[in-house]
Amino acid sequence: MSKLVLDKLKEKFGSDVLETHDQFGDDTAVVAPRAWKAACEFLRSDPALDFNLFVDLCGVDYPERSPRFEVVLHVYSVSKRHRIRLKARVGDAEGDEAELDSVASVWIGANWFERETFDMMGVVFKGHPDLRRILMYPEFEGHPLRRDYPAQKTQPLVAYRTEEEAGLAVDKVAPFGLDEGMSFGRRILQAKDN
Amino acid sequence: MGELTSARQVTLEGSESGFATTKLEDLLGWARKYSLFNYPFVTACCGMEFMAVSSPRYDFARFGAEAPRFSPRQSDLLWVVGTISQRQAPVLRRVYEQMMDPKWVMAFGTCASSGGFYDNYTTVAGIDKIIPCDIYVPGCPPRPEAVFDGLMLIQDKITSGNRTPAIVKPRNDPATALVKLRASAEGAVLEGKRGRRDEEPGR
Ligand code: SF4
Repeated sequence: MSKLVLDKLKEKFGSDVLETHDQFGDDTAVVAPRAWKAACEFLRSDPALDFNLFVDLCGVDYPERSPRFEVVLHVYSVSKRHRIRLKARVGDAEGDEAELDSVASVWIGANWFERETFDMMGVVFKGHPDLRRILMYPEFEGHPLRRDYPAQKTQPLVAYRTEEEAGLAVDKVAPFGLDEGMSFGRRILQAKDN
Repeated sequence: MGELTSARQVTLEGSESGFATTKLEDLLGWARKYSLFNYPFVTACCGMEFMAVSSPRYDFARFGAEAPRFSPRQSDLLWVVGTISQRQAPVLRRVYEQMMDPKWVMAFGTCASSGGFYDNYTTVAGIDKIIPCDIYVPGCPPRPEAVFDGLMLIQDKITSGNRTPAIVKPRNDPATALVKLRASAEGAVLEGKRGRRDEEPGR
């Protein structure tokens, strides 16, 4: 696609642009966390780039990598018709110090996406106007989409009924037998193993 | 209207108006089962099927259950239609607690019955973990026919006073259907091979 955007970024930020590629026509730049906000402001305000449409922001957890998290931002220019994917890598192996500047002041649409990334991954966006959980409830502990969050761990808000109270097995697989209905799912596979 | 059909009920014919003797609780049960006021707690995709059930084509008004009440205080039957997330559990619990006795609960769909394939941090794996449930209607989403089976099961339970949870059985076991499908597919492949071999000499 357009090499212009990547070239301009490299020219402006030099060694803070850690790597770039344009595989499958998707221009991608990985920038150093300290240049994150400046790069976003540049993308938005430079008249030749003019990225005026915020598309997506999310986090990815790579537990084997250091830094561990990747924050991925997609933006698009309606006037110039080009898009770019911007990435930044943050966080140590324990998932601490995953901090990045908020870009909610650059694209207002980023506000809730940063909250979601904070909620699911625990990446803290510095300078965000209202960094609360957005999908999970405030009582929830941990960040469910981190790879080290146990897949089956639930944190109920209402205490579950006990078997005596309910008068039947509460912790059940699908109520219509193993061979009927949906045969996938972890609990069913476990029940088959036992 | 329905009929009084308990063994304990006697209908006397012959007089001009006719009358029946019954017990008060039987009469109440008979009256209740044909005037269920619904509270639809619709949260997810099963809601589409709920709309089909309530609209004229399937029409659950035929069962006397047409009146939705969006106040739990006025309703008898709580329809839990769709996935219940952990975050929503307190709301569902509270809605249930606000309903007046006698009250019944129907788990509509696999998600409400057992959590379905949502086996993770988000979802309550079956509403019976937080509130009592009378009828489970499996299916993702269930066919309207299955829902009517469930509704009639509830009506039976209202007349008999039996509060043991019940499950609507699938009319066709999907597993057997899969086996049949696989057998016929294999049959077709064999068939195809044989067909080709038969044709070869002619070509
Ligand atoms: S059972 Fe299926 S259709 Fe119903 S709410 Fe769950 S996923 Fe949706």
